[in-house]
Amino acid sequence: MTDLLSLIFIVVGITFDLFGSIGLIRMPDIYNRLQASTKCVTLGTCGILFGVFLKFGFTAAGVKALVCIIFLLLTAPVAAHALARGAHRSGVRPCKGSACDKYAEDDTSAATKPLKG
Amino acid sequence: MRYLRSRVVTFCISYALWLTLSFSVDWQHLLIGLLVSLFAAFLMGDMFAEQAHKWFSPRRYLWFMIYVFVFTWECFKANLDVARRVLNPHLPINPGIVKVKTILKTESGLTFLANFITLTPGTLSVDVNREEGVLYIHWIDVKTQDVEEASRIIVSKFERILKEVLE
Repeated sequence: MTDLLSLIFIVVGITFDLFGSIGLIRMPDIYNRLQASTKCVTLGTCGILFGVFLKFGFTAAGVKALVCIIFLLLTAPVAAHALARGAHRSGVRPCKGSACDKYAEDDTSAATKPLKG
Repeated sequence: MRYLRSRVVTFCISYALWLTLSFSVDWQHLLIGLLVSLFAAFLMGDMFAEQAHKWFSPRRYLWFMIYVFVFTWECFKANLDVARRVLNPHLPINPGIVKVKTILKTESGLTFLANFITLTPGTLSVDVNREEGVLYIHWIDVKTQDVEEASRIIVSKFERILKEVLE
């Protein structure tokens, strides 16, 4: 029973990872790509790790998988935030057809001016 | 020693993390973990766990449980939302960067709010302005450009929980 459950978690995780990768290809600009990849890859990978935990239970491998889930949940959004902020500050604008860009409007300080473009 | 309570909290967390990662009760593992945790606590004591008294109030842990449940549910919804968008041949997106206001003030509060926003449906935090309590958020489906309205839709439901947990 737990074997079946762990397999289900792993399969669902891999499916979400796949959706995230498709999003990475299909989305028009870096911000939308980050949206797709961060969300799907985080939950997808957490699903796989949780499946591993169910498979191995409270052994060295299983507990490490649990710790990895916490680590991933804390670090993935921070990495996405750093990438998005870095991209914006180095002059990458949202794609054509974006509704608004309040960040560019508010950024008047010299330090945050785009380097080029 | 200054920041003693912060250091104790840091030490406990790092030692617990070491124990779960090494996952053995061999005396060598325990000793090395002890030394490294003490060193980490000595170095990081005043940076990490700024207000140590917060770690000792049980009410926060109760709210933290609620936070975990809400978080898991929202995260799952976010994934279905992304899946729906990327699998749709027309790619139904209407992206934009909006500005929202928050009532959270502390560093940890803002960090968790930004993380939460990134992992919830359709939003990604781009930058935080701590002085003004403003977050810039990339929204995949912009419903409104108004600051108050966007704040109500995006942050208000998590703000309350995070305020109880962290502030």
